[in-house]
Amino acid sequence: MELHSAGENALMLYLGDNASPAVAARVQAACKAVETALGDHLVDLVPSYASVLILYDPLLTDHLSVGHRVRRAVANLADVSDSQGRLVVLPVYYAPEAGADLEMLAQRAGLTPEQLIDLHAGTEYRVYAIGFAPGFAYLGQVDERIAAARLATPRLRVPRGAVAIADRQTAVYPAVSPGGWNLIGRCPTRMFDPTATPAMPVAVGDRVQFEPVDRARYLALGGEL
Amino acid sequence: MTLEVIQPGILSLLQDRGRFGRHRIGLTNGGPLDPHAFAWCNRLLDNDPNATVVEVSFGGARFRSRVDTFVCVTGATMPLRINNRELPRWAVHPVAAGDEISLDFADSGCRAYLGVADGFSVAPSFGSTATVMREAIGGLCGDKLRAGDLLTCAAVAQRKRHYLHPASQPRYQDRVTVRVIPGYQQARFSRLQQRRFFSHAYTVSERSDRMGYRLEGPAIHCDIGGILSEGICAGAVQIPADGQPIVLLNDRQTIGGYPKIGSALSLDTARLAQLRPGGIVHFAPVSPHGAHNALHLAHSQALRQPMLEHHL
Repeated sequence: MELHSAGENALMLYLGDNASPAVAARVQAACKAVETALGDHLVDLVPSYASVLILYDPLLTDHLSVGHRVRRAVANLADVSDSQGRLVVLPVYYAPEAGADLEMLAQRAGLTPEQLIDLHAGTEYRVYAIGFAPGFAYLGQVDERIAAARLATPRLRVPRGAVAIADRQTAVYPAVSPGGWNLIGRCPTRMFDPTATPAMPVAVGDRVQFEPVDRARYLALGGEL
Repeated sequence: MTLEVIQPGILSLLQDRGRFGRHRIGLTNGGPLDPHAFAWCNRLLDNDPNATVVEVSFGGARFRSRVDTFVCVTGATMPLRINNRELPRWAVHPVAAGDEISLDFADSGCRAYLGVADGFSVAPSFGSTATVMREAIGGLCGDKLRAGDLLTCAAVAQRKRHYLHPASQPRYQDRVTVRVIPGYQQARFSRLQQRRFFSHAYTVSERSDRMGYRLEGPAIHCDIGGILSEGICAGAVQIPADGQPIVLLNDRQTIGGYPKIGSALSLDTARLAQLRPGGIVHFAPVSPHGAHNALHLAHSQALRQPMLEHHL
């Protein structure tokens, strides 16, 4: 555990140096402990793969008090068990018409598209971080055999719901945006809906399983092509 | 009852203090780039400190009042005219239905705040009216103001004619010193690179915006190319592969994987955001203690600064 100064109203808590389920569980547990320890002095938390950015109100408290309380809260966390998080199932229509890079990615991995789909849908992922854009959840880890570098030239327009791979991470694009990840399918579930409560179906620490669906089912669930 | 946008200028955005506590779904803060000028706008108007105002960048904006109320403009020195008559900024003025309010291009500074008595009435998204165009959230439909937009506000018959003494008004220079608390991946920058960062002048790039101010100058080398993505706070100074610093501001992404050398004080990012492209920036290191002290001093000074009143 390391605690660093990150600004006039921020401390950065490092809980590991790699992305792993064990570190993610520590991040989750640390968030809860810090929330309890800081109460109203806490403004926001940004959990990520192996760190938590702690933002406090510098007119109510200071870095020394926050640092002290965070260290104490996190020290008692030592033997936290891997909290499992909720399991969220997201349907995906895997097909060349829904994922422009599916065939190319399979070919490069020496697999058939079906084998690639089995590997992608056969892995349970964890939500490591949310950022980049509202509702963009970084899921890991993708099976090594289908990990893929980002595109050399990002696309100017990736459709909403695109399911994509970059390195050993996968994600569902919450809205139309530019993007350099490899597209393999589309998910009809809205990942970010400002009018819904909650606005996102997943939170950091949750588990995600992709469920392959066919074209008809994808469209019936509200998917667009 | 509304204020009509006749001409939005280059970039005009509805802003309250910003959106807080929503980083966990990926939403950034938004809010005024110059919180000091924003706060004075609402204070002079006797508004709630979180009331919604219009942040006008660079200038060139015109509005028509369709209501009797009071307005106030603070921030960059954009000549303020009401029905073509130039009036002082940092002061509350009455407007009547039909009056035209214009903010010309700024002589100095870059961001001005146009407020009305009781603020603009905007439905909040995720607890705030702050417009973040990248997220398409806040303001009117998550977008900048366009000609023809109608900004709802109340008819107000009475308001004190507060003004801030000219000697108390900020002077916006084309050169600022930004104090930085070293932190984050500071240890990944050699002593030589840190000294280079703190001893040279940087120039504000044309590609600066509400996400971040990009600077041009001596490249800063970091021992690592990237890091495991982590949270980014307002003011973080990111050093990408080309070594040119980016000071991340209100509309920044909430997480990222570039190394950071430290984090700028909000008092100074307010001044930084008043610079236009070509402006000069110097960085100075400050301890967390020093930063805390500076913040509290500025806060108590602002509370003690007297508002004067025109009695007409």
